[in-house]
Amino acid sequence: MHSATVKPSPAAKILWVAIAIVGAWCLGVVALRRGESINAIWLVAASLCVFLIGYRFYAKFIEHSVLRLDPTRAPPSVLRNDGLDYVPTDKWVVFGHHFAAIAGAGPLVGPVLAAQMGYLPGTMWILFGVVFAGAVQDFMILGLSLRRDGRSLGHMLREELGPLPGIVAMVGVLVLMMIVLAVLALVVVKALTHSPWGTFTVAATIPIALLMGGYLRWLRPGRILEVSIIGLALLLLSIWAGRFVAESATLAPVFDLDAKALAWWLIGYGFCASVLPVWLLLAPRDYLSTFLKIGTIALLALAIFLAAPMLQMPAVTKFIDGTGPVFQGNLFPFLFITIACGAVSGWHSIIASGTTPKLLANEGQARLVGYGGMLCEAFVAIMALVAAVSLHPGVYFAMNAPGALIGTTAEHAAQVISQWGFVVTPDALVQTAKDVGEQSILSRAGGAPTLAVGMAQLLHNILPGEGMMAFWYHYAILFEALFILTTVDAGTRVGRFMIQEIAGLIHKPLQESESWSGNLLATAICVGLWGYFLYQGAVDPLGGINTLWPLFGIANQMLAAIALMLATVVVVKLKRERYVWVPGVPAIWLITCTLAAGYEKLVGPISFTAAADKYAAALAQGQMLAPAKTAAAMQQIITNNRVDMAMTAIFMALVVVMTLFCLRALLQAWHTNHPTAHEEPYVALTGASLAAHH
Amino acid sequence: MNLQARLQSVRKWAVQTARLCCGIPDYDAYVRHLREHHPERRVPSYAEFFRERQEARYKGGGGRCC
Repeated sequence: MHSATVKPSPAAKILWVAIAIVGAWCLGVVALRRGESINAIWLVAASLCVFLIGYRFYAKFIEHSVLRLDPTRAPPSVLRNDGLDYVPTDKWVVFGHHFAAIAGAGPLVGPVLAAQMGYLPGTMWILFGVVFAGAVQDFMILGLSLRRDGRSLGHMLREELGPLPGIVAMVGVLVLMMIVLAVLALVVVKALTHSPWGTFTVAATIPIALLMGGYLRWLRPGRILEVSIIGLALLLLSIWAGRFVAESATLAPVFDLDAKALAWWLIGYGFCASVLPVWLLLAPRDYLSTFLKIGTIALLALAIFLAAPMLQMPAVTKFIDGTGPVFQGNLFPFLFITIACGAVSGWHSIIASGTTPKLLANEGQARLVGYGGMLCEAFVAIMALVAAVSLHPGVYFAMNAPGALIGTTAEHAAQVISQWGFVVTPDALVQTAKDVGEQSILSRAGGAPTLAVGMAQLLHNILPGEGMMAFWYHYAILFEALFILTTVDAGTRVGRFMIQEIAGLIHKPLQESESWSGNLLATAICVGLWGYFLYQGAVDPLGGINTLWPLFGIANQMLAAIALMLATVVVVKLKRERYVWVPGVPAIWLITCTLAAGYEKLVGPISFTAAADKYAAALAQGQMLAPAKTAAAMQQIITNNRVDMAMTAIFMALVVVMTLFCLRALLQAWHTNHPTAHEEPYVALTGASLAAHH
Repeated sequence: MNLQARLQSVRKWAVQTARLCCGIPDYDAYVRHLREHHPERRVPSYAEFFRERQEARYKGGGGRCC
């Protein structure tokens, strides 16, 4: 903490110069080598150097000049210590907790989708996005919350900008959450469609979780690690058993479901899971998925280092022109909304103003947790990208392009993809499917299956064995499905509380979280909201992810823009105008990206409007466009696209309104000649531990 | 610090982190807090403490990331 006041030793200087040179060299190899494939290690090494330099220099600059964090100042954990929510905690424990809370499926999905443009655009955006925007957002929001008794983002927005902007932002958060839940559930649907093995193992997590719940409740209360080890053993057993289910003539059809059926199952599951007591299903699954997530990320890192795969995807593909099959749209702005988590994720601003600021024992540790935690998530994103681009590009496109483009047979898919310039044989596609124990790998967009094949190949390289690839593939699918479903449960519950609060304003009894009818009604509304978008994705002609992921990206970046604007306003309110660019420039960048992407999704060739009009015109002439076979299905697609138009318009309106609110606050603060931010008064750390008693 | 003590502190750290990741704060710290500042209150058992925290974790708030 005090290292800034200590002059760096000559050895330290040499070390940092060396890191800078190595980083620049690796980045040069990644960026400039063309026509020959490079090893993933170059990319990993370049990323590590960039992260180290960003952490040591830029984050330190933010800490000392912009936030002016003060190790002598008592943080909320000391001032309000209650032994439960506010507890001064070891910095590495807080780091672990914070990382586990921010790392989810997001950084694994976005980079895989963005790999269609080659590895270079995605890598560059993750590296520079995280250093100058994502980690800055997490760190600054954490810093602001630390100075405000650990208050939430919504509370800080109300305080610094006024009550109305606070409400506007919270509506945005609710809508964002519904889209997040829908798109994540859709990732699971895409991964499990016609996959009896995968569906069986994911379904098996329900009885396993119930068993764990009972064990934790009655047999050995509170023994989380112990029960998680038992759960993990059962999970691995279910993956092993899945093969026999898939090969069985009687059981396989039971677990062989199409996208629509899976969507309905998930909707029903989401409803049941979120009205059951938490200890029964949600909590045990949460523990299992948390540990599995950390373990798998470590495993992926190990596999990449040991296998050191060659990157088979070109650095830049022709799809930067906006004609890509995985998602439509040009590099600008669509790359920057496709990779949200990993580069910059608005959702983190909620976490960074949640539990974490209440646990930090010292302001000087905020850089490690806030900035450092986000760098780790960016590293996860880089690894996901490596896993995707080390696949054969033909296999990558077969897995991620929608059926409307590549058809449903390996022959047709291979022919189309070869025409795009990524020569692949039908045999290669069939063999890959066979290797991972699936009937087909075509059109499994959504990141999870692609990452699973990539991971399976990496792990198979270091641990070869008959049938091991299929095991690893289903392990990776299970791991993603597990924590996505946990997010769906927990998110539905949070959504339910939000809806009950809003409903309580109209009719007081609905607010009672003990009332069963109120609970059921609010849960039904919440599940209905995300379920609508999930079902829409499942019947979407372009495969759903294609439609919903941009919507999710726009919403997530909208929240990030709001968080960074809040930070900008506070910097000016503190009269530190000369540093306004630190949060201000990334805020402007995100506003530009969300508005540009929103505009293209509203007007023009790749917009929801164009899609709705195309289907409406065909319907008017009595024609049916695939995949719709009836007039009702056509009408459904038209309505879905119109709803997506409305959503896009809402997000854009939210961005514009919030920008105007922030500009007003900014101008006011600029013209005031004294600090006006709502910081809590300074209390010295030593005296505070004594005064903390309340 | 000898090896055994060091291993023990690493273990304590790992358990504490793992529990906190699941929303269960340090029980010992809570007990210490109660004894120090609220001697009149009853100290809950770990099982009771665990149940209360388990319920509290999913009562709204930000939750987790995508």
